[in-house]
Amino acid sequence: MSAFTVSRTAGRARVGSARTSTPGKAAQERRQRRAAFWFLLPDSLGLLVFVVVPMILAVVLGFFRMDGLGSFEFIGLGNYARMAGDPQFWSSVRITLLYLIGVVPAIFVVGLALALLVQQRIPFVGAIRSALFVPYVISLVVVAMVWEFMLSERTGVVSRLLGALGMNDLAFLGEPSLALGTVVVITVWFQMGYYMVIFLAGLQDIPGEYYEAARIDGANAWQRFRTITLPLLRPTSFFVVVTATVSVITGGLDLVFVLTGGGPAGSTTLLIFYVYEQAFLFGELGYAAAIGSVLVVVLLAWSALMFAVTRGGRFDND
Amino acid sequence: MTDTRRRGQDSRWTRPRVALMILGIVLGLLTIFPLVWMITGSLKTPAEVNSASLWPADPTLDNYRYVFTQVPFLRYMLNSLVVSATVTVLALWFHSMAAYALARLKFKGRDTIFLLIFSTLLVSLPVILIPTFVVVRSLGLVDSYAGLIVPAIFNAFGIFLLRQFYVSLPAELEEAALVDGASYWRIYRSVILPLSRPILSALAVFFFLANWNSFVWPLTITSDPDLRVVQLGIATFQQQYVGDWNYVLAAATVAALPTLLIFFFFQRQIVESIKNAGFK
Repeated sequence: MSAFTVSRTAGRARVGSARTSTPGKAAQERRQRRAAFWFLLPDSLGLLVFVVVPMILAVVLGFFRMDGLGSFEFIGLGNYARMAGDPQFWSSVRITLLYLIGVVPAIFVVGLALALLVQQRIPFVGAIRSALFVPYVISLVVVAMVWEFMLSERTGVVSRLLGALGMNDLAFLGEPSLALGTVVVITVWFQMGYYMVIFLAGLQDIPGEYYEAARIDGANAWQRFRTITLPLLRPTSFFVVVTATVSVITGGLDLVFVLTGGGPAGSTTLLIFYVYEQAFLFGELGYAAAIGSVLVVVLLAWSALMFAVTRGGRFDND
Repeated sequence: MTDTRRRGQDSRWTRPRVALMILGIVLGLLTIFPLVWMITGSLKTPAEVNSASLWPADPTLDNYRYVFTQVPFLRYMLNSLVVSATVTVLALWFHSMAAYALARLKFKGRDTIFLLIFSTLLVSLPVILIPTFVVVRSLGLVDSYAGLIVPAIFNAFGIFLLRQFYVSLPAELEEAALVDGASYWRIYRSVILPLSRPILSALAVFFFLANWNSFVWPLTITSDPDLRVVQLGIATFQQQYVGDWNYVLAAATVAALPTLLIFFFFQRQIVESIKNAGFK
């Protein structure tokens, strides 16, 4: 049973408690309300101070000119006007979109393909599954270091491999036209295991009888994939696209920070990195907050859409 | 049961399955190659670290000795351990309490509160980094353990998952205790918490890993070298020892080793928490 089928069970719980408490119903409701208050207090307070207030502040700070030393001055829509005319801002938007277009479909296809592979009953499948997943637990700082080492010009192992194959050495991280592609490949490498596991869970929910029936009807593997797997995997696919999009928009910061520092020539300056750069390298906290507030609004809209489409976070079909 | 399984095992070694196995092994080896390359590189001498040989001709632990004597690496790891463990314990405690209230208690405004929490689900710390920094600075928590720990505790993700789990528990669960006049706190402590052990341990592993690996927040909120966490420590180390890959790789391996060990011992919990995170 899916834990997402929230309302049904909650309804049952309500009926249950009403039955046991007919004598002092009002008293018990009061007790429940008081208990709920204390249970919710620590997290509500924390979320308020460290998430909700910053979310509001992101918008408010956007109307100020503010430096790292604490001085600030109200400038109305000044930061937003500056944003509109800032070629570096638009370049970071473009790079974020390219990164999104590079990573999300690749992660979808690779994650699903790997899930289909490790779903098979093949020898050593447990070890294969672990190997495909393991990059996901490594920190992005370490990921960045290892790849920087492997991609070093002339001395790196990739360089030597290309040389052995008779190809020219490439500056994967030093050439503006290649750097973003390299970051995309590295992102897919460390995230594919996560999406493999999610797809695997989705695949396991598809009843085996469907496949048997299709096989009896003479459907080949591709037909079975197209007519059974893909349609029944739709909730999972939807979830993957939603989470991958968000994690790509917000998650590239550590990797870019250590691996490329946004370079070469700004070619890997994602929006989230540009915000960081403006705030902590140039001390433009107000301008950075204004750019950040755009991201907050985009993500809130994305959450609202998700809440509406999934009817309150239910990703299953019924 | 055992019978069919044994039969299944035998039929594993068919030709298409062996072909798929070879494909899987090749992909698996390619995937872990960067990590293997990191570990063997950390065992090489400075002269050999840029060579193309996978296994060092003369394996040495000197790089590790160097890293631990040149920078207070143990201190970095201890800082990370304290921060990650504290965040994990407090987060699980607070989230399970909130989730219990949202799932099992009936009160006015419950749906509104849940909707508010849900709306913050996708707004992660990097997105609100600057305003959060401003809040934490005005609370006077810059360059302190509290500044590293407290803001990392609160996110909707854990509440959301635990709430889903508690909603799925049968309603009869607390009834007996309620009839006996138990307080809600006692029900939470002695009925709900013991039942949540599997999901809590899965989340614990996940939270610990996420905090051990966190980099940007510690970078933003601390400048005191005594408060440096391990990810910050190795990033700073790399800047100081540019090109000395044998040392940098040893430092990276030390930072990665705990996460690799956690992965090998708690693989099931990690995979479970990912599956729960979705839609199951």
